[in-house]
Amino acid sequence: MSSIVIENISKNFGSVKALNHINLELTEHKIYGLLGRNGAGKTTLLNLINNRLFPSEGQILFDGINIENNSSIQNQFYFIGEKSLYPDSMKVKALYKYTKMFHPDFDETYAYKLSEMFGVPLKKKLSSLSTGYKSIVKNIVALSVNVPFVFFDEPILGLDANHRELFYKVLIEKYIDQPATYVLSTHLIEEVSNIIEEVIIIKNGEVIKNESKEALLDNGYSISGPTGLVESYCSGKELIGFDTLGGLRSAYIVGKPDENIPQGLELSGMDLQKLFIQLTNI
Amino acid sequence: MELTQDKPIFLQIAETIEDGILTEIFKEEEQIPSITEFSTQYKINPATANKGINLLVDDGIIYKKRGVGMFVSKGATDLLRKKRQNDFYHTFIERLIKEAKKLNLSSTDIIAMIERGYDYE
Repeated sequence: MSSIVIENISKNFGSVKALNHINLELTEHKIYGLLGRNGAGKTTLLNLINNRLFPSEGQILFDGINIENNSSIQNQFYFIGEKSLYPDSMKVKALYKYTKMFHPDFDETYAYKLSEMFGVPLKKKLSSLSTGYKSIVKNIVALSVNVPFVFFDEPILGLDANHRELFYKVLIEKYIDQPATYVLSTHLIEEVSNIIEEVIIIKNGEVIKNESKEALLDNGYSISGPTGLVESYCSGKELIGFDTLGGLRSAYIVGKPDENIPQGLELSGMDLQKLFIQLTNI
Repeated sequence: MELTQDKPIFLQIAETIEDGILTEIFKEEEQIPSITEFSTQYKINPATANKGINLLVDDGIIYKKRGVGMFVSKGATDLLRKKRQNDFYHTFIERLIKEAKKLNLSSTDIIAMIERGYDYE
């Protein structure tokens, strides 16, 4: 099983610590959600894995080998980010041809099929595409390159609701057909919550959660009711945070709920978005 | 069906299939949709769909034929009905009583309502 191991990585920009001693492992055939607020360090991490930036400290290994300037390793990764590495005057069709030159496993037929499904104007220049179609074209290339590790940085930027739905559907179909590792970096958590299997939450350049989504949600719950009752229920428990509305309070708690929930309190499960907001609030 | 976030997705998938069997959308000995179909339809990770379906396989409600697909077991409807009957108290009655107490409704009031409702349904 191939895996990417991130060992004690830090990245500084001047005096700013964008990433601070990060340790992670990305394994084969999984869909990861790389979640964090704006500026948390998600894109920096993806840039480091894909050799667009180099670490200030630490190393990244692929099957035990340092990835730095190793092109045979980089050929097994594909990264779509906000910054496009293609010339603006290139037309969509030409982009597909160009990608085929560098990624021999790029499936052009599949890329054209997806283009038709999304209604991509193939003869337009990349620079004249709308924000939504720029994202779509990049996503199509990423779904068609057939490499073991694909990284999406904010893949649904500018996509309308129909295209987002279609993107998730196509992603799952592709994942079932030809399993690969997909890393979805996003701050739109609710939408990817059902798709991802593993959750990585980054806050201020540090990994604060790294576990399966199921384990994460299974080990948390929320309780709501009158503030006094909630407060006494919470005493001695690990509290992530709470919301208050008038005399009503909802508390988010780590662990399993008590066998008997006192009268007047309402128990509910934890969802990823709620958990994320509570964990990443300042 | 719409998926909600306050309950594990794999349980919701299992319940959807159960409901399908109880309402005979999926009949005994007939094939049900594949993991791929469930995953793409609900846009969920296939591992999640698989987990939900495996719950039903473990309970003997559905069975897998290698290379063919998944089928509803013979006797699944009865099995499910028994299981749901057992869950009925916890799922419906407990909540009903809790809400009734909040509204100061007595057990006599509730029973009267149930009898009235039964005649209409």
